[in-house]
Parts: sequence; C-alpha cells; structure tokens
Amino acid sequence: MKILVAIKRVIDANVKVRVKGDNTGVETANVKMSMNPFCEIAVEEAVRLKEQGVASEIVAVSIGNQQCQETLRTALALGADRAILVKTDDDVEPLGVAKVLKSIVEKEEPQMVLLGKQSIDGDNNQTGQMLGALLGWGQGTFASKVEVADGKTQVTREIDGGLQTVELSLPAIVTTDLRLNEPRFASLPNIMKAKRKPLDEMAIADLGVDVAPRIETLKVENPPARKEGVKVESVAELVNKLKNEAKVI
Amino acid sequence: MATLVIAEHNNSQAQASTFNTIAAAKLLSGETTVLVAGHNCQSVAEQIAKADGVTKVLVADAEHYAHLLAEDVEKLVLTQADNFTHILAPASTFGKNFLPRVAALLDVQQISDITAVESDDTFQRPVYAGNAIATVKSNDSKKVITVRSTGFDAVAQEGGSAAIESIATAEQAGTANYVGEELTVSERPELTSARVIVSGGRGMGSGENFAMLEELADKLGAAVGASRAAVDAGFVPNDYQVGQTGKIVAPELYIAVGISGAIQHLAGMKDSKVIVAINKDEEAPIFQVADYGLVADLFKVIPELNEAL
Ligand SMILES: Cc1cc2nc3c(=O)[nH]c(=O)nc-3n(C[C@H](O)[C@H](O)[C@H](O)COP(=O)(O)OP(=O)(O)OC[C@H]3O[C@@H](n4cnc5c(N)ncnc54)[C@H](O)[C@@H]3O)c2cc1C
Ligand SMILES: Nc1ncnc2c1ncn2[C@@H]1O[C@H](COP(=O)(O)O)[C@@H](O)[C@H]1O
Repeated sequence: MKILVAIKRVIDANVKVRVKGDNTGVETANVKMSMNPFCEIAVEEAVRLKEQGVASEIVAVSIGNQQCQETLRTALALGADRAILVKTDDDVEPLGVAKVLKSIVEKEEPQMVLLGKQSIDGDNNQTGQMLGALLGWGQGTFASKVEVADGKTQVTREIDGGLQTVELSLPAIVTTDLRLNEPRFASLPNIMKAKRKPLDEMAIADLGVDVAPRIETLKVENPPARKEGVKVESVAELVNKLKNEAKVI
Repeated sequence: MATLVIAEHNNSQAQASTFNTIAAAKLLSGETTVLVAGHNCQSVAEQIAKADGVTKVLVADAEHYAHLLAEDVEKLVLTQADNFTHILAPASTFGKNFLPRVAALLDVQQISDITAVESDDTFQRPVYAGNAIATVKSNDSKKVITVRSTGFDAVAQEGGSAAIESIATAEQAGTANYVGEELTVSERPELTSARVIVSGGRGMGSGENFAMLEELADKLGAAVGASRAAVDAGFVPNDYQVGQTGKIVAPELYIAVGISGAIQHLAGMKDSKVIVAINKDEEAPIFQVADYGLVADLFKVIPELNEAL
C-alpha cells in the first residue's frame, strides 16, 4: 500500500523562542528550523511499515515556503520514495493544510496518511483529525503502536487515562505520539541518494483550494514571569516554608 | 449567541475538565447547553444539570457512544451545530480527538487550548510550548474551541437545575471500532485536577524508585506525574507525562524531583501556584521557575521529607 506522510518545517525544538519586540509574532530570522519532531516519528513509522513489507511506496508532502525542500530532502534521506512541496509564502492554518492534503490524497490515493499529533510551533493538534473528517476516514490519533493486516489497522492510542486500541478500516489517518518509535538518523549515503529522488513542486494556487486565514493574531506576548524563588538549605527549611510561608501543606 | 459544551465523562461521572469548560462557556454572552453523549449515561446528565451556569443538558444515549469514538461524536455534534454559535470541548485527549473533525466539516478553523476569553470572538492561547501567549480573533461565523482546564476555575457543581432533554442519536460512522483499553488504576487524585503533584524525572533512576515519590504523594494527598524522559525509560505509564505534549497541570503545589526543567516540561507545569524543585545540579533550569529550590541528592532528601511529613 501507499503511505502519504505530512511534514511540517518548524523552529527547532531546542531553540529558545523569543517574542518580537513589536508583539506581532516570534523571532524567526536566523533561527534554526527542523522537521517537526512528531513528523520525524511519522516518517520513521512509514519506513518501518515499508521494511515490514506492508507499505510499497512512501510519499512525503509539505506545505510551506521554498526552504521546506530541505525538510523534504531529509524525509527522502530517511526512506521516503518521493516528495511533494506545495509552495506558499503565507502561513497556512490547519484547516487550509487539511484541505490541501485532501486534494493531494485524491490524486495519490494512499491507503494511509501519517501525520504528527501536533506541530510544536502552533501546538494546534488538529490537522490529522480535520483531514480524516474531510475524507470521511477513520482515525487513530496519538498513536503509540500501529499494526496493519487484512485491509485494517489497529492503532494503540495514548489517552489521558492510559492506552486505548481502535481498529480502523483502510484507508485511514494515523497521528503519531512520542512513544511510537525512535526515529533513525539519515546516513551519509542515504543523504546523497536522497538528492536524486523525485521532488515535485506545485503552487498552492494550482490546487484550487481556499486557504484564506480565518484567524487574526492580534498580538503575541511573553507569558507572565514568575517571581524569583529562593534556595532552601535543608528538608526542615523546605517543610517549614511550605507550611508557614506558602501555606500549601 | 448560544454555546454548546461537549461533556467529558466515563458514563457514570463527568470529568473535572467538563466543569472547567463550562466555566469558559460562562464567559461568553450566550446561554450554555451541555451535550452528554454516551451509553447508560443518565447519571452524568443529572450531575451536570446541577452545575452552575448550565441552561440545558442534551443526552444522546446509544451503545455506539460508549467509548466516544471521534468519528461517532463528530456525526452527533453536527446534528446540533445549527443551533449554536460556539462549540466548546475540553482540550484533553477526548476533546482534541473529535473537535477538529467537527470544525473541518463546519468549515471553521478551530482555536485550540484557550486560556482566556476576551470577548465572543477573541481568545488567548499559548503557543511555542507556552513561550508566547497569542491573542487571536476568529472571523468564522461559528467558533469551535478547545479549552485548557488550567485556564478556568471549575464552576460550582451544585445549585443549578437545568432541564434534561433526550436527543436523537446519529448513525454509527462504521470507520472505526473500539478494541480495548488499558487504563491506569489509581487511588490517588487525577493528575489534571489534583491540588498537589509530585513528579519524577530521569533522575529517579528506575520505576522501583518511584515508590519513594508515591509515599510522598500519599502523605500529601497528591497525584504522581513524570517527565517525558521518565516515561520513555519505562519508569511509569504514558499517562503520567506532564508537558507540552503530555498533560497540562496547574496545582497549588508541584514538586519536581530529578527533573531538569526542559522547556517542554515547563510548558506543562509552570502555571502551578507553588513550585518546589529538588535536583542535585544547581544549574538545572527547573530552579528558574521554582519558588523553593533544594540542591541535593534526591535519594537522601526524599526519605527525609517522607520522615518529616
Ligand atoms: C517534541 C518534544 C516533545 C516533548 N514533550 C515533553 C513533555 O510533554 N514533557 C516532558 O517532560 N518532556 C518533553 N520533552 C522532552 C524534554 O525536552 C526533556 O528531554 C525531558 O523533559 C527531560 O526529562 P528529565 O528532566 O526527567 O531528564 P533530564 O533532562 O535527563 O534531567 C534529569 C535531572 O535529574 C537530576 N538528577 C539526576 N540524579 C539525581 C539525584 N540523585 N538527585 C537529584 N537530582 C538528580 C539531574 O541533575 C537532571 O537535572 C519533549 C521533547 C520533544 C522534542
Ligand atoms: N504546513 C504543513 N505541511 C505539511 N504537514 C503539515 C503542515 N502543518 C501541519 N501538518 C501536519 O499536521 C500535523 C499536526 O499539525 P497541527 O495540527 O498544526 O498541530 C503535523 O505534525 C504535520 O504532520
């Protein structure tokens, strides 16, 4: 079966994000960008399904600016077979991304779409579910285990109370959680090979989907600062402060 | 203006998050209706009917709502959507699972994880792991919103007397089936509504060593949480994880033990009222958010703390 993997390019998880002085957003100039960590897990899972003989082809898709090419090349180096860049210089909201992915799914006809459970910039946690609804497909979100057999997939999900397993008929949507797998690193030969793998580009306008934003960001501010704390020297002092100063125990 | 809140519950009781979400709904100008979808869930409806600020409770009872699969909840909520301008659910794994499906089919851009209501169309939400707070205005005709429980104090669970009304169920979606669940059973309070939380990180060294924290938790009537590293290492189950991509908590007292304080962990707990950090590395970033820091070996001081309490 064919698997489509949706990949977002985001500010690297290790960067200390700074709010811009004019409160219009966060600093992105000269900031390290990487593949969203949950998308790395999605690529890894697709590659493992291919290694198991379950998947036959992996297509990586990203919606974003020209630099997303780099991120797609990383996916190709990790084992994706081809990539599609849907180009735009504007920020596309999850609903718009889901609509674009829907139109790609209609062309590519994959049996599974793998996405991250959330992008670590906007922390939306929406796109996979929205795509599932637009396509009328079932979904296994926050997956920590994925098994495919007999035209179905069983997905174990990380939920607030523990774990839940659902069975979905294919085609289906899967969104990845942290414990699904540990992504590999791309080897140098695979990075070289990835340069020759096909990477198609198209303009978002060519797809004829409406991605106009619905949300206006009025301002972006620093979170309220916590007041400075103190160091205590002993357990006795800690207990005393918690009882008599903070009055929380 | 009219608001629909989708209740989170286990068919016998409403989760605390439902009452936080109703609190957010109360800040909007419309009246609040709560939808309880489930199986044999009448007691939940009766419980919610008593909550402050609820005008009406709708009940949809069917076997295929027993586990509240996203595909089925989506179809049901869509049957009610015309009657409401705002649709809210808790930003828990329950709400996050189905609400974006509803939003997409209503052609609405959902607003996730709001922590404040400024007006009927303007809300605050944290982004970049809580490194920034965005104020956003929705230009959609309907607003579809998940509510971060820590942003809103729960409404009172008594005094109200909302009407309870049964509604027609929607056809089963058929694309997903429930197979099973492994839920963590614990006598301790639930992490997201606990007054005190004791959390352990990689520094705990093993799952067995968490027994020390459990003892401490029992003395304080606390819930036990963990960092991602502790969960990844298999010390404790996944549902213990606090952070950007785990649970968001804001107890009165959060005690972080052997946790370094990575930004992703802070995102889940830095709105706690009082934070205590116990770490042997005085440079650990957790001390930057701690009200009380104790630089010490946890294997020495946790037993002492258990003794002292
Ligand atoms: C996409 C993404 C999502 C993430 N989501 C989350 C999340 O939701 N929640 C989360 O927690 N993390 C999350 N992380 C991981 C996060 O970046 C950190 O790796 C993690 O929080 C580290 O856990 P830790 O503090 O337990 O471990 P470490 O960073 O290894 O810290 C262990 C600490 O224990 C101390 N220690 C060791 N031995 C002792 C001792 N005997 N006595 C006292 N102190 C001791 C050490 O000094 C150290 O500070 C995420 C990361 C990514 C990339
Ligand atoms: N611009 C994008 N291009 C490709 N995939 C995306 C994009 N935005 C979001 N996604 C996918 O949707 C997942 C969840 O993102 P979000 O709903 O924004 O939290 C990500 O992990 C990606 O798999």
